[in-house]
Amino acid sequence: MSFSAPEKVALRAGIAVGAAVATYGFSFGALSVASGLDVWQTCVLSLFLFSGGSQFAVVGVLASGGISAGWTAIASSAFLGLRNGIYSIRMAPVVGTSALIRPVAAQLTIDESTAVALNQNEPRAQRVGFWTTGIAVYIGWNLTTLAGALVGNVLGDVNGLGLDAVAAAAFLGLLWPRLKQLQAGVVAAASALLATTLIPLAPPGVPVLAAAAVALLVGLTNWFHRPENQDAHLQPDDSSDPGDVPGLHRTDSAS
Amino acid sequence: MTVWLVVLVASALSFVTKYTGYLVPQRLLEHPTATRVANLLTVAMLSALVAVQSLSMGQSIELDARIPAVLVAAGLFALRAPFIVAVAAAGVVAALLRLFGWAA
Repeated sequence: MSFSAPEKVALRAGIAVGAAVATYGFSFGALSVASGLDVWQTCVLSLFLFSGGSQFAVVGVLASGGISAGWTAIASSAFLGLRNGIYSIRMAPVVGTSALIRPVAAQLTIDESTAVALNQNEPRAQRVGFWTTGIAVYIGWNLTTLAGALVGNVLGDVNGLGLDAVAAAAFLGLLWPRLKQLQAGVVAAASALLATTLIPLAPPGVPVLAAAAVALLVGLTNWFHRPENQDAHLQPDDSSDPGDVPGLHRTDSAS
Repeated sequence: MTVWLVVLVASALSFVTKYTGYLVPQRLLEHPTATRVANLLTVAMLSALVAVQSLSMGQSIELDARIPAVLVAAGLFALRAPFIVAVAAAGVVAALLRLFGWAA
């Protein structure tokens, strides 16, 4: 099998992103077992849920709210994962319509595979970028999840001393790259304020879910929208956390 | 409700969300509202999770070792430190503060 020059660029980008994301997997695995999930449950999340933010949400909400917060854990995870559905719409023409391929492509449709695909200019390179990144991240994420879970099991209580801070820092790290635009910053600030206000007033879990209202309000009205720097959109972005993926809208890529 | 049920239902919903995107018409992307709401939902959930994980103890607000730990992590993220370094630093800061009895 031989690749053209643009396809090789996509291939290298995918492998590099896969290696970078693997370190997140280790953090997830260790945090998950420290939160009370067993190694199997931790690995099932990485194998089948396979979306970093949602996985951290499941273990974070269970760690602080216990099993009575189970439905909240599920809802937080589902809200966090809705963006993957948007990525899938955009990736459909990239991966083709074969009924056998689509379920596999669906499972691999995440921030990273979408971002690398959209950073390529040619359709074939986009396809190579999507599959290379998806497969590299899937393998790396699952191997390091297992490693993190096994190490977390050994560390046990020592790990527990700083566990709550680790979970908070992990969410902050996933949020950080998404704060480049004013609108996202406003939503983040308002969500944190609303959730904090609700902590003493509502059952555990509800403060997090209530923040969805902030996203709906600002998203539907396009409040605090600032015209974007067009040049920034044209720059390739190799970061492993694309945040708002450039070129996601068809109208953008046509302009 | 068991942990296994949470794990399996959350996993199923994740896959259904991803797969549904391959079945709906491309036209939906011409309206950026759906994309914007989905991206902002991610931001809102993560930010609320940061607040709740840093401040809550059950249904009360507790200011403890988590605050300096998260501030250290924020500083490291601002300096573009790798994810695992910043996250581990937060854990170490909180654990040490508690070990020496300087914070709850």
